Amino acid sequence: MTFLNHLINGISLGSVYAIIALGYTMVYGIAKMLNFAHGDVIMVGGFVSFLTVSSAGVPAIVSVLISMAVCTVLGVLIERLAYKPLRGAPSLAVLITAIGVSYFLQNAAQLLWGSDSKVFTSVVPFNSISLAGGKLVITPESIVTVSACIVIMVALTLFTAKTKMGKAMRAVSEDKGAAQLMGINVNSTISVTFAIGSALAAIAGILLCSAYPTLSPTTGSMPGIKAFTAAVFGGIGSIPGAMLGGILLGIIEIFSKAYISTELSDAIVFAVLILVLLVKPEGLLGRHVREKV
Amino acid sequence: MLPCDTFPYFGINLKEYIMKKVLSLVLAAVMLMGIITLSGCGAKDSNTIRIGGIGPLTGGAAAYGNAVKNGAEIALEEINALDELSFDFEFKFEDDEHSPEKADNAYNALRDWEMHILLGTVTTTPCLAVAPKTFAERVFTITPSASSPEVIEGKDNVFQVCFSDPGQGTASAKYIAENAMATKIAVIYKNDDAYSTGIYEAFKAEAERLDLEIVSTTTFTTDTASDFSVQIGDAKANGAELVFLPIYYEPASLILSQAKSADYAPVFFGVDGMDGILSLKGFDKSLAEGVHLLTPFSADSEDAKIKSFVTKYQEKHGEIPNQFAADAYDAMYAIYEAVKKSGVTPDMSAEDMCDKLSEAMTQIQINGLTGAGSALTWNEKGEVSKAPMAVVIKDGVYVGK
Repeated sequence: MTFLNHLINGISLGSVYAIIALGYTMVYGIAKMLNFAHGDVIMVGGFVSFLTVSSAGVPAIVSVLISMAVCTVLGVLIERLAYKPLRGAPSLAVLITAIGVSYFLQNAAQLLWGSDSKVFTSVVPFNSISLAGGKLVITPESIVTVSACIVIMVALTLFTAKTKMGKAMRAVSEDKGAAQLMGINVNSTISVTFAIGSALAAIAGILLCSAYPTLSPTTGSMPGIKAFTAAVFGGIGSIPGAMLGGILLGIIEIFSKAYISTELSDAIVFAVLILVLLVKPEGLLGRHVREKV
Repeated sequence: MLPCDTFPYFGINLKEYIMKKVLSLVLAAVMLMGIITLSGCGAKDSNTIRIGGIGPLTGGAAAYGNAVKNGAEIALEEINALDELSFDFEFKFEDDEHSPEKADNAYNALRDWEMHILLGTVTTTPCLAVAPKTFAERVFTITPSASSPEVIEGKDNVFQVCFSDPGQGTASAKYIAENAMATKIAVIYKNDDAYSTGIYEAFKAEAERLDLEIVSTTTFTTDTASDFSVQIGDAKANGAELVFLPIYYEPASLILSQAKSADYAPVFFGVDGMDGILSLKGFDKSLAEGVHLLTPFSADSEDAKIKSFVTKYQEKHGEIPNQFAADAYDAMYAIYEAVKKSGVTPDMSAEDMCDKLSEAMTQIQINGLTGAGSALTWNEKGEVSKAPMAVVIKDGVYVGK
């Protein structure tokens, strides 16, 4: 029964990683850049929801929508102001810029909302479900997180496979230059990618803060790094890969805490990443792309 | 493949480049003006003893720094109103965000202000960075709340108002055993924090001596301080009736809420780091119902001195003072007594004052807010001697037992 409990906790934590990892993987797949500011967009999403609920008193579901809207605008703005001017620049410059944006967001949040942590009220207003005489407890947050994760993955897969914009995304991902020659607007395709990624970040932020009810300007950084790990683990650029990587990472983290050591859990998580990359450098579900010479 | 209107490097175009140059010139000018204005405010009153304070006013441990600042200011007002000495005291508090680097900056800023005495720092980790400097530079130091024994170790001029970490661990185990609160105990501590591990080790040693059974010991770090499902699950699966939390209130609040989600309701027992949990913004106080903590101060005491302090504090800051505010109040009075006893005057330098005050510290005794009615005294090592007391949270307030 304890095993089941740990498994449920692991899947629930992993689902949050998976939703964050989807944002990383989409942006990487299409714009070929690592958006390290993604973790901090999560934090902004959490804060917007927190502020709209606590000071404006809007219902939880509305606050989720507002938060998604704000993050979408923020994501597109970041792309326009920080990344678009560097589109032709070496990837190292873009990477450093992304780290800069991440610090900018963290410090701006600290300036705006203070660095003391806030207690986040869960947006899921139900009680835990207790089974087998209290031995197996499932929190409503884990149910919502896992279902949100599945819905988002299915929707994204359908979106990229069926819609025109999705096809454009895949085309840009295959070959930016050729896509442009075929009349696809690369800039707006990348903007849409950032918009979707950031809206997902808002959802992830709210679910993260609901499950672990604390919020501070650095809330997004550690989950961001873990989700990035998950995306690489599952094969960066692949949507099902991000989902699989996220959930596996969550389970590994909880199991290593439960059965090996609470002190070494992070070391074990990252050691698994190194092992996977040694054996299969493209990640679990990643495609091996041969460099054209 | 670069469009022709861009600069060859990083795609910056010419117009933007010029704009940036202009902007950077304007910014430089603004900064220069800032420096000129700042250097203008150096005027000091020569007939006051300047006491500097350092602690976190923002960040995760902000509740402690603010409480210390507020408590010390109340004591300062009272002392200046007493008018027993020919000079007054002045108090200036700098923020360190609970970071050793920032504490170092704060210390330097206070040295520039020509501080005579340091009241601080509030938390242990920054104090371990600042105390060696005050020892080397001979600035008399009294910390209201930095509780690691390393803070005072080998430093004749550094004194503590609070109990040391091992002292808290030992006292907690004794209290649990004496009151037969539980036989099976779980501990969750933060193993990258000197404060938490210090208390845990002393608690473990004392628990073994008293035949208390520790059935589950789990840890977390700064990076893993959000998900406690495993730690709580382990305590629950091993049937712990009491969970000992030698940690600060912020992770403790998460443990309380996650334990509730997991349908687990043992007795939670904290130490002075738990003090402050009720002033956490947005915290559901019902989660803390029945939490025990060992602290030397209880705001609902009938003691006249405590009552007057609590009233003043509430009038000024709109909240009930915690133990940190009381420790700071006592620290300020200890400074006052030491100044009276040693006869130092404001025209002396910090270096000249230091030895005299350190000697006087071991001779004075004060009847403060902390110590449950007993007098506070200090030995040469800088340790305080006072009586502990247990407090339980009932209906959202701390109640003395």
